[in-house]
Amino acid sequence: MRTVRLPLLVMTLGACSAWAQSPTYGVGKTPTAEEIRAWDIAIGPEGKELPPGHGTAQEGAKLFLLKGCGGCHGVTGTGGRAPALVKWPGNVPAPKPPPPGMEGMHMSPDTGIMALRSPYSVTIWDYINRGMPIGKEGTLKPDEVYAITAFLLFKNDVIKEGDVMDEHSLPKLQMPNRNGFSDAPEWKPKTPRLVGYP
Amino acid sequence: MDSKKRGRRGFLKDAALAGLAVGAAKSAKGDAVIAEYSKKDLIAYGERSRFVTSVRTPVKGRMSPDAFGLVFHVSTPLQDAVGIITPSSLHYVATHRGSYVPEIDPATHRLMIHGMVDRPLEFSMDDLKRLPYVSRVHFLECLGNHSNGSGKTVQDTHGLTSCSEWTGVELSLLLKEAGVQKGASWIVAEGAEEIKGASSIPLAKALDDCIVCYAQNGEAVRPQQGFPLRLIVPGFEGIYQTKYLRRIKVVDRFYMTYNDYGHINPDPKVTALTVQWGPKSVITFPSGGQQLSGPGFYEITGLAWSGGGAVRRVEVSTDGGKSWKNAELRSPAYRMAHTRFGFPWKWDGKECELQSRCTDELGTVQPSLAQAGKFWNDPPEKPRSRGSDNTIQPWRVASDGSVHNAHG
Repeated sequence: MRTVRLPLLVMTLGACSAWAQSPTYGVGKTPTAEEIRAWDIAIGPEGKELPPGHGTAQEGAKLFLLKGCGGCHGVTGTGGRAPALVKWPGNVPAPKPPPPGMEGMHMSPDTGIMALRSPYSVTIWDYINRGMPIGKEGTLKPDEVYAITAFLLFKNDVIKEGDVMDEHSLPKLQMPNRNGFSDAPEWKPKTPRLVGYP
Repeated sequence: MDSKKRGRRGFLKDAALAGLAVGAAKSAKGDAVIAEYSKKDLIAYGERSRFVTSVRTPVKGRMSPDAFGLVFHVSTPLQDAVGIITPSSLHYVATHRGSYVPEIDPATHRLMIHGMVDRPLEFSMDDLKRLPYVSRVHFLECLGNHSNGSGKTVQDTHGLTSCSEWTGVELSLLLKEAGVQKGASWIVAEGAEEIKGASSIPLAKALDDCIVCYAQNGEAVRPQQGFPLRLIVPGFEGIYQTKYLRRIKVVDRFYMTYNDYGHINPDPKVTALTVQWGPKSVITFPSGGQQLSGPGFYEITGLAWSGGGAVRRVEVSTDGGKSWKNAELRSPAYRMAHTRFGFPWKWDGKECELQSRCTDELGTVQPSLAQAGKFWNDPPEKPRSRGSDNTIQPWRVASDGSVHNAHG
């Protein structure tokens, strides 16, 4: 049996390498376009994944209270036990640097007001859409997320009160901290994380 | 069923009854402990001795779970660890924020791969288990580990690292099945839990050694570790090790997604130091909070690891870093895995300071806090490490045999 099987196996492998772009195992199914759209929620900097919808700061101000955001973040968006979302009135703080020894810690909402710190407007939309409100994540409709995003941008002087935020206008905003972060480094196998670091 | 099989089953049943009878007999004599370990459910799935009490502890005193049942970080009792494998029950847990551990039915769980691929694919757990798999030993470590004065014990300072044998399908295999398109450079990996935690990972890393894991230490990945599916990104920080993995999107740029936002930093050097772990080690005995009974022989032992590959060498100093001697490796040195070292030592009863340092396969040497501070031009009296901290942990042995964090 073995002598018969071996050439067959070699032939099969040969065929695979000649067609490197075709699947080897053929396991798994093809998701439908609708299935992909429903899960495609990570919004990249260009906002390509944003769903259709729109909202304004006025609508967002109401939703901020209606959806309970103010309960944790403070009714004015600051002074609550959850991270501040709105700068203190009359005082425009630079994005607060992380405390000593905590650089890069996954505690960004606590170390800066998102609308002032985030380099991309859509990151705020994504954050609210996937992570808020606590205990009811994923329940906000796109229009509501646009409106609350607009409210936070307005309260931090990034947009005007009447500006309509939608899938086209939101990604175009120039954020105050657009250039205030470094790009992620290029990673290569078998390379130290930072050449020259002791 | 033939008579032979019936006969064997009958024998097993008799043996089980005999075992119960023995347990009951001892129990009647007042030995309740044997009866406890002989109970049916503990025979079906075993439990450790009640004399072994080592447990995970909340990090920085933040209750976990809290009054609402939300889970925060808990750390591994490294002071009690032996060998290189962390029992799954003691593997550290870290959460995005206070989170409930989700219950996910593996029968309905799916992994979708899409984006810049020729063939978007969706795999059920059964699909994934049909594919060739690998088992590899890898450490995980959270950025919250700090070798500074804030912790008393090694569980406080280093307990957010653990090591397991992880089993699953190589991500490169799945990506080849889907056919990665030209121009792709990153992936976004995303979980199925309430906030759908997501990270951007370089495509080069995804194709190099990442594993889509359904098993940990020989059984299904535990719920606190991402059941039913977790992405292991060897040597990268804990945040990349996406739990409850349900989606991989192939993209052409860093995506600044949910978990990435916490990593943005104005300084590219700090950003670079918050991705892959550098060479690192820590002495687990004698370590902070432990007590030597008196002068004489002790085996100094600890763990070394690196995100850059395998541990090549571990050195130990018993004089506060003035002189160094090679330690012996007491376990295999797998790539991106805890490696156990030992160093025979005779304590003379005088105060001294113990340190260990690791050199990895890239030749990179674990720095002291002073060396890290010098790199950042800190004032010599106030050195700080930035990014993920891999600096040397010093332990001070007092003349009474008590052991303390020398940073403290």
